Amino acid sequence: MNSLFTAFASGVIFSIGLGLSGMTQPAKVTAFLDFTGNWDPSLACVMIGAITVHALLYRVIRRRPTPLFASAFSIPTRQDIDPRLVGGSALFGIGWGLGGFCPGPAVTSLASGHISVVIFVAAMIGGMYLYRVVEGLQEHGVEVRHRSPASSWLKADS
Amino acid sequence: MEQFTPLPSLIGGMLIGVSASAMLLFNGKIAGISGIVAGLLNPTKNDTLWRGVFIAGLLAGGLLLRVFSPQAFTIAISRSWVALVLAGMLVGFGTRLGNGCTSGHGVCGLSRFSPRSLIATITFVATGAAAVYVINHLLGGTL
Repeated sequence: MNSLFTAFASGVIFSIGLGLSGMTQPAKVTAFLDFTGNWDPSLACVMIGAITVHALLYRVIRRRPTPLFASAFSIPTRQDIDPRLVGGSALFGIGWGLGGFCPGPAVTSLASGHISVVIFVAAMIGGMYLYRVVEGLQEHGVEVRHRSPASSWLKADS
Repeated sequence: MEQFTPLPSLIGGMLIGVSASAMLLFNGKIAGISGIVAGLLNPTKNDTLWRGVFIAGLLAGGLLLRVFSPQAFTIAISRSWVALVLAGMLVGFGTRLGNGCTSGHGVCGLSRFSPRSLIATITFVATGAAAVYVINHLLGGTL
């Protein structure tokens, strides 16, 4: 029960942070990505603020053997750079620039009721399903060559 | 540069860092939104409820913003629904293939100095910038 309360509170803090920082406004996101135009560096300040706080607290928290309300930490351990990481991130970036939304701000912005956000999030979930379909086809041997061992790439970083 | 908002963006970013740290300290989880959402689509025992509750928290915070800070939801970019569908599909598919998004790789991964997250972040900022360059400077800002 405690862990559900902290998950909910974390979600609230996360979305308030996104809203205050301006990241729920696609125009500010695309203005950050517009390096040769009317550049808005605000998103860099968001990253600096978030990473400074989390990098410091991460080191303190990881001194604990376990989290407070769970039996173990679930933290990615992979170090390899593979084509899926780069290709997936490249596709994500194109969609991010195209729509001005990444997943967190998009989900938060559903609360606005804007139809454009609803379309984006529905398509995003569709894209996640499509990935599962493609992955399922590969699992069943449609594309057996060039497979990484034991689907290790399926382990999520996030 | 006239729309640059260094202080609110820094403070908002720090709140995101607090949230990610709280998820780690209390729940032992990475606050990566694409991974949390994707996990909801493939429910497994004991690993679904916290995801739903976190997303409910995001939406609750969104409702608070809607009431107290409605300018947070200014869209102000011109995109057709076709462009939005394509963008959403690319974000959904790409974040699964690449195992993370701006939060999972950009905030959480960079904070623990993950080389994978550094490469991912450089890549999505680069292709995002390329997409915006094409739209704003070759296509006149609408799509």
